[in-house]
This record gives sequence, C-alpha cells and structure tokens, in this order.
Amino acid sequence: MAAGALALSLTACGGDDDKSGGTGGKSTESGSSLTLPRLDGTTLEVAAVWTGDEQKNFKRVLAEFTTRTGAKVTFVPAQDPIVNFLGSKIAGGQPPDVALLPQPGAIKQAVDKGWAQPLGADARSELARNYSQAWQDIGKVDGKQYGAYYKAANKSLIWYNAKVFENAGASEPTTWQELLTTAQTVYDSGVTPFSVAGADGWPLTDWFENIYLSQAGPEKYDRLARHEIKWTDPSVRDALTTLAQVWGKKDWVAGGGTGALQTSFTDSVEQTFTGGDQPKSAMVYEGDFVQVNIGQTKARVGTDAKVFPFPAAGDTAPVVTGGDAAVILKDSPGAQALVKFLASPDAATIQAKLGGYLSPNKNVPNSAYPNEVQRRIAKALIDSGDDFRFDMSDQAPQSFGGTPGKGEWKDLQDFLANPSDVAGAQRRLEADAAAAYGS
Amino acid sequence: MAPAAAGGVAKTVAPPPAPRTRKSVTGTRRTAAALFLLPALVLLGALVVYPIGYSVVRSLYDRSGDSFAGVDNYRALFTDDGIRTALRNNVVWVVFAPTIATALGLVFAVLTERIRWGTAFKLIVFMPMAISMLAAGIIFRLVYDQDPDKGVANAVWVGVHDTFAESSAFPRAHPGRDSPLRPAGGGAFVTRAAVHSGETVVLPLVGVAPDRMPDSARNAVPPTPEPGKITGTTWQDFTRGKGVGTLAGVDPGELGYAGMRIEAVRDGTVVASAKAAPDGTFTLPAAADGAHLRLPASNFKEPYNGLDWLGPSLVTPAIIGAYIWMWAGFAMVLIAAGLAGIPRDLLEAARVDGADEWQVFRRITVPLLAPVLGVVTVTLMINVLKVFDLVFIIAPGSSQDDADVLALELYRKGFSEDEPGIASAIAVFLLLLVIPVMWFNIRRLRREVRR
Repeated sequence: MAAGALALSLTACGGDDDKSGGTGGKSTESGSSLTLPRLDGTTLEVAAVWTGDEQKNFKRVLAEFTTRTGAKVTFVPAQDPIVNFLGSKIAGGQPPDVALLPQPGAIKQAVDKGWAQPLGADARSELARNYSQAWQDIGKVDGKQYGAYYKAANKSLIWYNAKVFENAGASEPTTWQELLTTAQTVYDSGVTPFSVAGADGWPLTDWFENIYLSQAGPEKYDRLARHEIKWTDPSVRDALTTLAQVWGKKDWVAGGGTGALQTSFTDSVEQTFTGGDQPKSAMVYEGDFVQVNIGQTKARVGTDAKVFPFPAAGDTAPVVTGGDAAVILKDSPGAQALVKFLASPDAATIQAKLGGYLSPNKNVPNSAYPNEVQRRIAKALIDSGDDFRFDMSDQAPQSFGGTPGKGEWKDLQDFLANPSDVAGAQRRLEADAAAAYGS
Repeated sequence: MAPAAAGGVAKTVAPPPAPRTRKSVTGTRRTAAALFLLPALVLLGALVVYPIGYSVVRSLYDRSGDSFAGVDNYRALFTDDGIRTALRNNVVWVVFAPTIATALGLVFAVLTERIRWGTAFKLIVFMPMAISMLAAGIIFRLVYDQDPDKGVANAVWVGVHDTFAESSAFPRAHPGRDSPLRPAGGGAFVTRAAVHSGETVVLPLVGVAPDRMPDSARNAVPPTPEPGKITGTTWQDFTRGKGVGTLAGVDPGELGYAGMRIEAVRDGTVVASAKAAPDGTFTLPAAADGAHLRLPASNFKEPYNGLDWLGPSLVTPAIIGAYIWMWAGFAMVLIAAGLAGIPRDLLEAARVDGADEWQVFRRITVPLLAPVLGVVTVTLMINVLKVFDLVFIIAPGSSQDDADVLALELYRKGFSEDEPGIASAIAVFLLLLVIPVMWFNIRRLRREVRR
C-alpha cells in the first residue's frame, strides 16, 4: 500500500520533470534545475558525527529536502569512529539510510563489508555536473561510485593574528622562504611566531603532508599514501628537514618543543588569538575549521584573525583536504534522491550561507559564503581543481594514521621533541608504517 | 544459634540422615533452591561467565577472527613495546598507589580521631570520592597544565622557584639583521669588533615586546663620545608597528634596555663592567680599551616555566597523585571504622605502662588495624589494576603511551587499532592478575565470617 502510494507520487512528479525547479512544493532558488521526486510518506535516516552548529545547519538543509519532496528525514547523531558506530547499527538491523563518512578508508571499509550501496544514475549525473574529476574519484571504490562528498575541509591554511603582523610590520608569505622571513620579523618584534598543537598528533601529520605535497608533488604523495615508497625515501628526508626549519627553532614554537607537546589543538588556536598585543604566538597552522575555535575567543575572523594559504615549499602551493561523503547504506528511491540533493549546489549553498562550512561543489557560487575569509578558502579549494590531495594520514590504516600515541602521530611528536634527528624519525615512521600496512 | 544456621546451609549438599518422611521435602527444597538460584545464575552466566569465556576464545584467534592463532596474541603481550610499557606502569601503579593511599588514610584516620573538627575534616577528605573518575580527570588535567597561569601545580612550583631565583628582564632579546653583535655561546652576545676609548658603541637588540620592557625604560639616546672613556647605548632596535627603522640606529620612540649589564672582556677576563641607564646609555672606563663588549647570559635568562607534569617522565606519578587524591578518603573512612572498633582499654593500658604516642601507634594501633589495612590495600590493588579513565583523560596524546596501563592499552588495541585478538588477550591477562588478589580477599572474608 505504501509502496503503491510512493510509485504514484513518483510518476506524478515524473510529469513535472521539464519544469525547472517546479517539482511539487515550493522551490526557493528560482534558477535551480534540480529535479527531485515526490516522496510523501517516506522516512529517511541520516547519520553523521556533526554536533553543535554544524548539526543545526545541516538539519536546515535536510528541512529543505523535506519541503521539496515531502520525505521526513531524521538526523542520527553518530560517534567517532563512525564505522564502528554504523557496525553496531547494522548488526542491530537498523542501519541509517544514508551516512556521512569522513575518510576514503571508511568508504572502502563500508564497501568491503557489504554495507554501502552504489549511487544510481541520477545521483551520479548530478555529481558529474558539480564536482571535479578528483572529487568524484575519491568517492569511488573499485571504479564504482559510492560516495558523494558533501563537505570539504581545506587543510592548507595558516591563520595569523592580524594585530601582531601589523605591530611587527610582517606580511603574508607565499613561499616557504618568505614564511621564514615573516616568522623572523615576528620573532624580532617580541612574539613567538608559531603555535604547534603537539599534544594532538593529527595537526603534526597535516604540517608534514602540506610540505610533502608541495615539495615532492602529487604523484609521490599518492605513492607514499599507499606506502609504495618508503618513509626512508629522500623526499621524506627533505620534507622533514624543511619542517625542522620551523620546529627546530626553540624560540619559534610557543613553549619550545616540550611545551608544544603539551599544547592541544584548541589551546594552540586560543593562545594565538588571545592576549591582545602580546599573544603567546602569532600564527597557527590548521584547516578552515580553526574558525570554530576562534569563535571561542574574542577575536573576529576576517579582522583580528586572518588567514593565508600554506606557502609553497616546492614548486606549487599545496592543497590538502579532508571531507565527508554521503554514502547510501539502505538503497531506496528516497536515499538516492537525498544523495542527489546533497550533491547539488542547492543543498550546499544553503549550508554555505550559514557559515562554518566548505563545499567541494564547484557550482556553489563563491558569493554564498558569508565572509571574505571563507570566500578565500573556498576559492583556493575549488581553484586547485584536480591537484588537491586528500589528507594522507586519513588514507592510512588507522593504527598508523589515526591512533593517539601511536604510529605516525607518535613518530612526529618524537620528531617535534627532537627535530635534529631526521634519520631516526624516518626509521621509526618506516617501521610503524611497515607494521600497519602489513608489507 | 547463628553459626548453627550457617552450618546448616553449608551442609545442604550432604544433609544429615533425616527421617524418611522428610526425604521428599529435601527434594522440594533442592528444586526450590535451584529455582531461586536460576535468575542469578542466568544473569551471571550471560553477563559474566559467557563474556569471559568468549574473551578467552577470541584471544586465541587472529585479527579478523576467522583463523586460529594459538598463543600468538599472548606472545604479543610480551614483545609489543606498547604493552610492555603498560605492564611496567601497572607495576608502578600497583606498588605505589594503594600503599600511599592506605598510608595517608591511616594517618588521616588516626589524627582526625583526636581533633575536635575531625568529622568535618573527614568529610572534606572523603569528598573527592563523590566525584566521578572522569570529572577528577578533567580537574587534574587543569591542575597539571603547563601554563603557570592555568595549572595550579605549576603556579605553586614557579612561585616557589621564583622566590629563590629571579628571572631576567630581557628573556628573548637577540641580535637582529646585520648586527654588530654575535652569539658567544651559553646565551651571551659579544661584539664582533674591539672597542676603543673615545669611541662610541651601539648594542642594538630586538625581540623584547614593548609590554615586557621594564617600567623604568625611557626613550633611547644615541651615545655621545667622551675622551678617555667608552660610551655606548644598548636598546631595542624595533618599534611596534614600524619595524626596525634605521638599522643599528636609534629612532625616536625606541626604548633603552634599562639595567642591562655590559662587560668588557679581554682575553677571556672581564676588565670592566657597567649597567645601562634608563635611556640605554652606558659608560666604560679607559681600562676597557681594546676589549670586546659582552652582554652576559644573565640578562637573557628565560623565565622559569615549571615542570612538565604531563611530560613523558612525570606523567605516571602525576596521575597516581590524582588517584590518591580521590581514594585516600576511601581508605580513611574504612580505617576510621576499624579504629572505632579497637578496644580503648588496650591503648589506655599501654599509656599507663609508659608508652609514648608513637609507640602506641606503632605497637598497638597498627597491629590491631592490620586486617583492615590489608583489606583496604587489596581492594585498592584490584581497583588500580583496572585503572583506565584517569589515565585516558589526564595524559595528553603526546605522552599517552608513556602513561599507558593495561586497561588503556586494551582499549587502544581493541577499539582504535582494531586488534580484538590482542585486546582479548590483554583482558584475559588482566583477569589472571586479579585472581590471586581476589582469592586473598575472599579467603580473608571467609575467615572473618568464621570468627
């Protein structure tokens, strides 16, 4: 009976297909060419790890889906690691219809376990229209499209305290050499140049990845991510040596090496943007999500807190990204329609306007982002086309790239404590990688 | 009467010869007993026995759980570096945490018995027990914060330290671009060229933030030459918002390094020394002619920043401290209860016999309390073997593997590294460790009941 009603509403909307944006209900964007089926009576569940404002804003996107299709969508808050969360949901026979998975590794895991369902033709064509080839490809497993990246993170940014730069007469660098000069200028003015979040391991891996991608290039980056080249490779030595030019100067890192090892990511941001003329540090490296933490301080993004792209340590400036992909766990016309909607610029524009969000969708107008800083970050991401690379540690096995106090996290923490020992760090990284990749 | 009843229960297995008519009654009693035991047995079986059994089985299989791995997982227990650190830390925990907590509890219990506001004191010491481990962990994460402005442990430590050794005024001053100064090792700076009387010297440095300059500092004044003397200026060659300005030249608004010490060094010996005036100027006598000027390292000593409480070497003792803060109250309350049961006349008799208080404590109170002390220590030992939350929360990611204990390693192996086989092996191993302690406690309890 319910299925009959659904089929009826589907055919009913099929007739409307040609009228752009006119599918049932009301359409907010007049120029929208997105067609969605009527799904009255359907209920869908979406699982993601987002909390706070991020969750609230995403729910507004889901509400728009409901007004356009009539389907009722429930948000299921999940915990990290989401794959384990979904595992228990699936074991209990109650998988959500759609889940947002944060890493390519997680998508592959979901496919290997037989949880994920491939995207239908409709969702695929929407994806092809709006995403660069590389963003489509990282949602594929064995050539089949499973994930549609709804949200992206630009992890190639350095945030700085505008007041300190002004006091010191420092300017935004575009190359690594200029970054060192800027740091020296800031140091001469009496402020420690950098905050390094060494208590958490992941910001350290991101530092490394930016330098490595810029110096060694995307191809080597991919091969290192798959562990086809060893960590003892000269390219890794060069990247670590470059990294040591910042990490190795005791006075350039807030608290020195040992102090940085006690600095959590939250603290690293906070201490850069509190303290008036005399913050504990002038610059902090991390992705666009640093904005959320700046929001906890009195500093305002765009005036007090500014950002520049990670400078080129090699030929080109790196763009390292992260992101969350929508994956279907329970195939249905409703789930397919929802993923199609999430892959459309309509959905992404709604959340982009609300702030704190970055879309890999190239058809989201840059003007949708609420402020200059966001527009700049989004532009850098979209402009990188197919040359961006996904966070390397997120692609690695979790015991190497994602466990506090182990693997790459721990090895880079040891390197931060003793930046002169490049060879030793390489040796430890290789040993841990070999154990984790099983080769 | 009571012991007889207890004996009767214990003997239901082999009941004494009873009249024939009651045989069926015994049978019913057995069924009834079984019936009453059933819910408990089912619950225990499902929630305790089955998980233990399954853990044992799982520990014999590999990562995916598909193929039999024999004792490989157990071998990993003694070869994996992480697990070995955890094991070593667990030994430290088991040795120190229960003994110190019990000792402190004993001291508190004995002392509070004597004072008027003993109950209030006990209440306060016991209060941390009302806090969850998680909350205590968060509190101590803050207590041990590296920043003396946040962490009370370092605030106290730095306060004590600074009372005896003062930090200097210009901790991070350093020569800027093309400076006439060069590092002389050990944090001091020295001029590249020798100085001569009748000439002037400039000693510009950068890197002191204006807010950190001493209050006495005034605008710097360029040196004026004086016959037969060496005159110079040492100042901050950097203006906020303007940069260096004239390199190695005094610009208006740049501040003098008030109180900077300057030494004239010839052939390794100090021939003269001076202290800069508020405007940064200084004068050296003719004796300094031909010497190099040195700014000794004492000018640039970094402010003391306290201990790395949560660094690799101190993290385990620091967390044990947090644990003791929580559990000393528990020990105190149990011991105080035991203390209340000690016959007063024994203490009185000892005092009458001329024993001093220390002797009474040492020879009467402690031996009489020995059983209670034993129970408290053993209970805490079991508790310590499974400690997880405090370590998990207090240790920052960078020293988590230095602070690692078995229960935490179990979690890390099982849930973040996806190694359920090894995690199960750790669980079984922990169980084996707890068994002797539990056996000891149960035996002691039995003896107590018999008495």
